Amino acid sequence: MKKETKAIAFGIFLLGFCFTSSANAAGEEFPVAPPPMTEGMFPCSSCHASLEVNRKKRELKEEHTQIKLHHAETMRWCLDCHDIKNRDKLRLYNGELINFTESYRLCGECHGPQYRDWRAGIHGKRTGYFMGSGKRTYFLCAHCHDPHEPKFKPIKPESPPFLPTDKDKEHAK
Amino acid sequence: MQNKKYTRREFIRNLSVTALGGMAIPLLSSCTKEEAEDFLQKHFREMTEEDKKRVISKLEQRYLQKYGRKFQISTKEAVPETFWGYGLELSRCIGCRRCVYACVKENNHSRHDPQLQWIRVLRLKRGNLINLENSEHYYAPDLVPEKGFIYLPVQCQQCQNPPCVKVCPVHATWQEPDGIVVVDYNWCIGCRYCIAACPYKGRVFNWAEPNIPKEEINPSVHYLGNRPRMKCAVEKCTFCIQRVRSGRYPACVEACPTGTRKFGNLLDPDSEIRYIIDRKRVFRLKEDLGTEPKFYYFFEA
Repeated sequence: MKKETKAIAFGIFLLGFCFTSSANAAGEEFPVAPPPMTEGMFPCSSCHASLEVNRKKRELKEEHTQIKLHHAETMRWCLDCHDIKNRDKLRLYNGELINFTESYRLCGECHGPQYRDWRAGIHGKRTGYFMGSGKRTYFLCAHCHDPHEPKFKPIKPESPPFLPTDKDKEHAK
Repeated sequence: MQNKKYTRREFIRNLSVTALGGMAIPLLSSCTKEEAEDFLQKHFREMTEEDKKRVISKLEQRYLQKYGRKFQISTKEAVPETFWGYGLELSRCIGCRRCVYACVKENNHSRHDPQLQWIRVLRLKRGNLINLENSEHYYAPDLVPEKGFIYLPVQCQQCQNPPCVKVCPVHATWQEPDGIVVVDYNWCIGCRYCIAACPYKGRVFNWAEPNIPKEEINPSVHYLGNRPRMKCAVEKCTFCIQRVRSGRYPACVEACPTGTRKFGNLLDPDSEIRYIIDRKRVFRLKEDLGTEPKFYYFFEA
């Protein structure tokens, strides 16, 4: 083969490799809203940097007692998702540390179909501008699903429309 | 009994006097200048740019007087190469009605006397989906979702073949190039034939002068969309025409707490709605009527 053809072929191979390297194309950014942290909790390392690390799976008695884990609690516990050494980061299965703003990558490791749909925009919530250059906000998984207790609780619905016979009630409002 | 013949001259004299008298009635009637101006206003589609500007400034003044807020009334045309479609995931709708009231706030609905809502959430028994006649939309439990029920929000489906447009006797409603069916509220005569023709109960009627609380008024409006309406005008969902023509999501999409509602441009192959239509089992309501609605409903789980 001619030199140029070889070079082009090699270039195309490299390009193809870049695009197929990982399901989450490294560096894919989403304009997410800030993660819903409890007031005053973040950065976690303000307490945890000085605390001793205890890897034993147990129920927490001293702090974080209001967190009830109802999310694969028979198979996992806190330190499977939260990194042991650096509590400001989450831990992916391959050991990679990610920020809380990228927590969707962690959820996506188990919940693949929802993660794929979320990236396309058909799972979860987006607000703002969908076209053009206006500001758009994608909601993180954690904004709707509490990571410790993800099942939605029933909520109170808004009031129904007035019945045609509710004339007096209408005036009273 | 007169003896002399009724001449042609007399006939024409009587006729012209009657005609003159008839034309003077509007001047003598109790019609205000405002009402006379409204009556003589042209159809929106026949207005020139200048006419539109004049009408806009007239409306802005009126709204300022009535509601005390400075309105921005847009007449923005359809964005080229757009055709709006809506996706609704029924497995996620919990019937909370947050979309209904977000629409009410965004689109300046009358809150009471009459209470108008463009979105209607139907409650259906599981397994009984298409029996829409057995639905309930006045449900008021303490908590939703209730076990054994699914919730189906319905609003104007912006049909591609709209029966409401066909029956309007004055052409006050028409379909814009981006797919939205709109109403010129000033041209509508209030006959309600379109309400009878709509198979989805998408349209509502202003039986009386609307009551909008001043503090909840939304001043960014579109002439064909959410500007405050008047008595005797038909209104309906316009896909938040004031928002989507600038590229923003409609208010109902942003309000839904479970992410049930999806919106996008059907002509854009990368849009969310196209993704849904390509991959999910979508259906539309009352397809047998041939109205070609734009709402694609689907179930996930």
